[in-house]
Amino acid sequence: MTHHVIIGAGEAGLRAAAALRDAGERHVTLVGGEHMPSYDRPALSKPDGETGLFHRPIAVDLAGLEVVLGRTAKGIDRETKAVILTTGERLAYDRLLLATGARPRRLACDPAGHALMLRTLGDAEAIYGKADAGGSAILVGAGLIGLELAAELTRRGMTVRVLEAGPRALGRGVPAEIADVIVSRHRRSGVTFDFDVRIERVEHKSVVLADGARIEADLVVAAVGIEPEVGLAVSAGLACANGIEVNSRLVTSDPSIFAAGDCAVIDHPRYGRTRFETWRNACDQGAHAAKAMLGEAASFETLPWFWSDHFDLGLQAVGLHDPSRRSARRDLADGGWLRFELDENHVLQAAAGIGPGTSVARDIRLAEKLIERGAFCAPEALADPGLGLKSLLKVAA
Amino acid sequence: MGTWTRACATDDVELEDLLRFDHGGRSFLVIRSPEDEFFCIDGICTHERVHLADGLVMDGIIECPKHNAHFDYKTGEATRAPACINLKSWPVKVENGDVFVEI
Ligand SMILES: Cc1cc2nc3c(=O)[nH]c(=O)nc-3n(C[C@H](O)[C@H](O)[C@H](O)COP(=O)(O)OP(=O)(O)OC[C@H]3O[C@@H](n4cnc5c(N)ncnc54)[C@H](O)[C@@H]3O)c2cc1C
Repeated sequence: MTHHVIIGAGEAGLRAAAALRDAGERHVTLVGGEHMPSYDRPALSKPDGETGLFHRPIAVDLAGLEVVLGRTAKGIDRETKAVILTTGERLAYDRLLLATGARPRRLACDPAGHALMLRTLGDAEAIYGKADAGGSAILVGAGLIGLELAAELTRRGMTVRVLEAGPRALGRGVPAEIADVIVSRHRRSGVTFDFDVRIERVEHKSVVLADGARIEADLVVAAVGIEPEVGLAVSAGLACANGIEVNSRLVTSDPSIFAAGDCAVIDHPRYGRTRFETWRNACDQGAHAAKAMLGEAASFETLPWFWSDHFDLGLQAVGLHDPSRRSARRDLADGGWLRFELDENHVLQAAAGIGPGTSVARDIRLAEKLIERGAFCAPEALADPGLGLKSLLKVAA
Repeated sequence: MGTWTRACATDDVELEDLLRFDHGGRSFLVIRSPEDEFFCIDGICTHERVHLADGLVMDGIIECPKHNAHFDYKTGEATRAPACINLKSWPVKVENGDVFVEI
């Protein structure tokens, strides 16, 4: 009788728990620090266009699981194999999964925490509660979440100004040409951008820049990235560096303890040590961790994939972007387009697409399959919209 | 019993591809398999109301273009999370080069 304990009831923890249960495991305990049933985090920055609803519970069948919500694990006793909760309760485990996720990075220049941040349902309620039509908002950080929020606050009638420390939006993960399309779309709806900005400090309803200028706003939100939640792992003496270190099978430095999702830095067969911060990765690593906990020895090889929505535009990307690679562009009928990245041998490595709604989804999924197969792709073929990617896949098969 | 409604011509749908078909305030997908059979399922994902018309049709599956949920397009069965509710599937017949759906 094996006891499985999972810490963290986000996407990764839930998927792992459900997969263990579906594999016939009878003793699966899921501990979640948040008080309410698990909800969809991406929806927090993408409220429903018609209803404004951003609280979407995750539809996972919890039957057959022991679910402990609203309680936090404060320690792991690796000698006796037990998790200690803040209530003093001890949960014995044979296999333990850490799916503790991440927390938003706080601005160093805002020790008092004047700027709001977005990670939890409560954060979203606080932000949208202050989003008055006609008011003004400053968003610090032009990353995916910051820009999604800029679009949503604009939609709610606010005047939004984005302050970014770097020279452009969407940093390293998104090709510059695609970031430009997204920024133009935001500008068209009135969002303004300042790049290479140094913020001196954040005060109540204002931001003071390094040059002394003060910008007032009704709402200040910081979206400057996340930090993996590693406290529990560090205090238990597990190897951690920018996340809980796991091998390609999601096993930590303790063979009975596994990690998955935003908190895990994995030795990925394709990319080496990498931590992914995306929704599908959390789902896939969660399901994979369940298999690993059951002793199945496969490596986690899934490619990173994500989507992000900005007004009527949808971005999707697969693989890891590297600006130094050769690229090819394919234009789609509805104004959308795709950007492919090839290595020196013409093997497809990454693809990103931007277009109305979900119009790039199908081709990005086909690109994912091409990358998985290590397919050779002539740049001319990738650029030719008359040549379906499915036909390239059939050639590669 | 529903009524047989013309959805499209067979030639409107490529092999292993789909066509969106709206009727009576509902949205459907007509899907043509590589074996040249036609199927009809609801057009909206049961997970988060995303339209499936931009989804990939391959290997017997239609995939949600947003969250990668999978459905067996021959039966509507949800085969991969996050979807857990099946899509409704509708009877189809082909007559004289036209596809009819019983709605
Ligand atoms: C606003 C927003 C928008 C996003 N949009 C997108 C998007 O469009 N596309 C995309 O791909 N990704 C998106 N993401 C990222 C995606 O949501 C995350 O990658 C994913 O949710 C990570 O899941 P997880 O299970 O690893 O961690 P989490 O969802 O963070 O879950 C971890 C859980 O563990 C709990 N926990 C931590 N420590 C303990 C403890 N000691 N004891 C008990 N419980 C504990 C936490 O409270 C939390 O509930 C978005 C994220 C946010 C915040």
